[in-house]
Amino acid sequence: MKLVTAIIQPSMLDQVQTALVHLGVRGMTVSEVTGYARQQGHKEVYRGETMTVDFVLKVRLEILTPDADVEAIVGTMVKAARTGEVGDGKVWVTPIDSVVRVRTGETGDAAV
Amino acid sequence: MILELNSGDTAWVLISAALVLLMTPGLAFFYGGMVRAKGALNMIMMSFIAMGTVGVLWVLFGYSMAFGDSIGGVIGNPLQFAGLSGLMSKDALVGTIPSLAFAAFQAAFAIIAVALISGSIADRTSFKAWTVFTILWSILVYFPAAHWVFAFDGATAEHGGWIANTIKAIDFAGGTAIHINAGAAGLALAIVLGRRVDFLIKPMRPHNMTLVMLGAGMLWFGWFGFNAGSALGANTTAALAWVNTLAAPAAAMLAWLGVEQIRDGHPTSLGAASGIVAGLVAVTPAAGSVSPLGAVAIGILAGIACAFAIGLKNRLGFDDSLDVVGVHLVGGLLGTLAIGLFADPASPAGVAGLLYGGGTDQLGRQAVGAFAVLGYSFAVTLGIGKLIDVTMGFRVTRAAENNGIDLAEHTEVGYDLSPVYYSSFDGIRRTLFVEPSELPHDVLEHIEAVRQASPSELDREEVSA
Repeated sequence: MKLVTAIIQPSMLDQVQTALVHLGVRGMTVSEVTGYARQQGHKEVYRGETMTVDFVLKVRLEILTPDADVEAIVGTMVKAARTGEVGDGKVWVTPIDSVVRVRTGETGDAAV
Repeated sequence: MILELNSGDTAWVLISAALVLLMTPGLAFFYGGMVRAKGALNMIMMSFIAMGTVGVLWVLFGYSMAFGDSIGGVIGNPLQFAGLSGLMSKDALVGTIPSLAFAAFQAAFAIIAVALISGSIADRTSFKAWTVFTILWSILVYFPAAHWVFAFDGATAEHGGWIANTIKAIDFAGGTAIHINAGAAGLALAIVLGRRVDFLIKPMRPHNMTLVMLGAGMLWFGWFGFNAGSALGANTTAALAWVNTLAAPAAAMLAWLGVEQIRDGHPTSLGAASGIVAGLVAVTPAAGSVSPLGAVAIGILAGIACAFAIGLKNRLGFDDSLDVVGVHLVGGLLGTLAIGLFADPASPAGVAGLLYGGGTDQLGRQAVGAFAVLGYSFAVTLGIGKLIDVTMGFRVTRAAENNGIDLAEHTEVGYDLSPVYYSSFDGIRRTLFVEPSELPHDVLEHIEAVRQASPSELDREEVSA
């Protein structure tokens, strides 16, 4: 099993979800996070006073999946999340030791 | 004595009526900020619905029940002014103002009386049951109580209510008819409904203190109409009531904060807001019969008494969620009885209290009026509450309460502060089915290619909703 994690532009969440559901993905976890990499923060001005916001709002998507589907999911995410601008985010894959479905107690691929 | 219409008096009462109506949204925010975020809208709606139900009842027969010709001092003739149409005549006056201006002013009172009760049953009340309650309670409790206290012989009809005319207890703007009444009803409903899930087990923090402060400010602003408008004219009585409505809450806020500073080590904003409301409640019955210094004294007493009274519910174990009893019942009783002590013979009411050499006569009259309304309201509200609970159920389910009553009762949430779009139109669940045509061409092509290359576990099964 693998955990696919993506940090994407908040405005692309809708398209990424549509693409993943069309691909057949049944579930995902989404959280609002802030951060920066090559894309630096932005400026905000209040009554003439300029403030720099270093940490930019991003959406983090997490999907647990059997090994066989990792490539399809990552590929679809990258295609659907791309705007071509700096700040489009990243996708990475982490190996997972074990998973238990809380309601039934199923483990492994059956729980994903 | 035949009085003529006075345009200054009329203007002031009409403005006051609007000020008093504003108190109900003010109360909605005051209460709404104090509950958890998942119940804020429901809390606000419980006040707003009263503007709907009582607003219509008042026109139909509510005004007539409160101010029609008395049947034995107990209730006004509900048919005399039914529909209010008979009051459109230019000759229909109450004192120096049109009867309709008086009806408008008193309508706003009837609305906020029932809205006040909602604070004792926050976060767990079926909205349908509450709506029915606002109707039954207004008919069976508020209209009679308003008749007893506010209907003077010869003012709106030949005969008025028994507390105003036989007992001659003073209730200038509704300490008895509204605050003691709503406080006793709140206690009864808190008993009928029982506690919120997790009451005293988990802390339930106010979710938005800034709304509470805004609501308290709106209440104070509107209360100048409530008290000074009750003079029913633009005159010295109104001016005195206005000044007393400034003095008592000011002193009560300081007193409440003083208690907190000494007892808890910090003055809190919720304490300031509560002190203001306690002072407003206490000065309401007394605004026309005490001096400004008397109002300061009443404010100090109310601030201290209510600051301690709100702790009672935890000791007694009943869940009067937003302290309707601790603030409105205790503050209302205190203000109503304080008239017996502080009434100043130099004031427009011209009555002397105990401290001004008047003896205990007025104190006794105040007590009879106060406890009559308290007992009647508690008993009848208990009956209405039980009746609604048995027939239609007064509470929402445990699951609805846990998930948030806003979603369960109104299919809404109070706040969406996230810039991320989490929802889509039409209630179509996009977790299992989407319109692929929404996707850009290159993404769609990619997905088709992946699916043809490896028909993996990601196959699409038709899943029934």
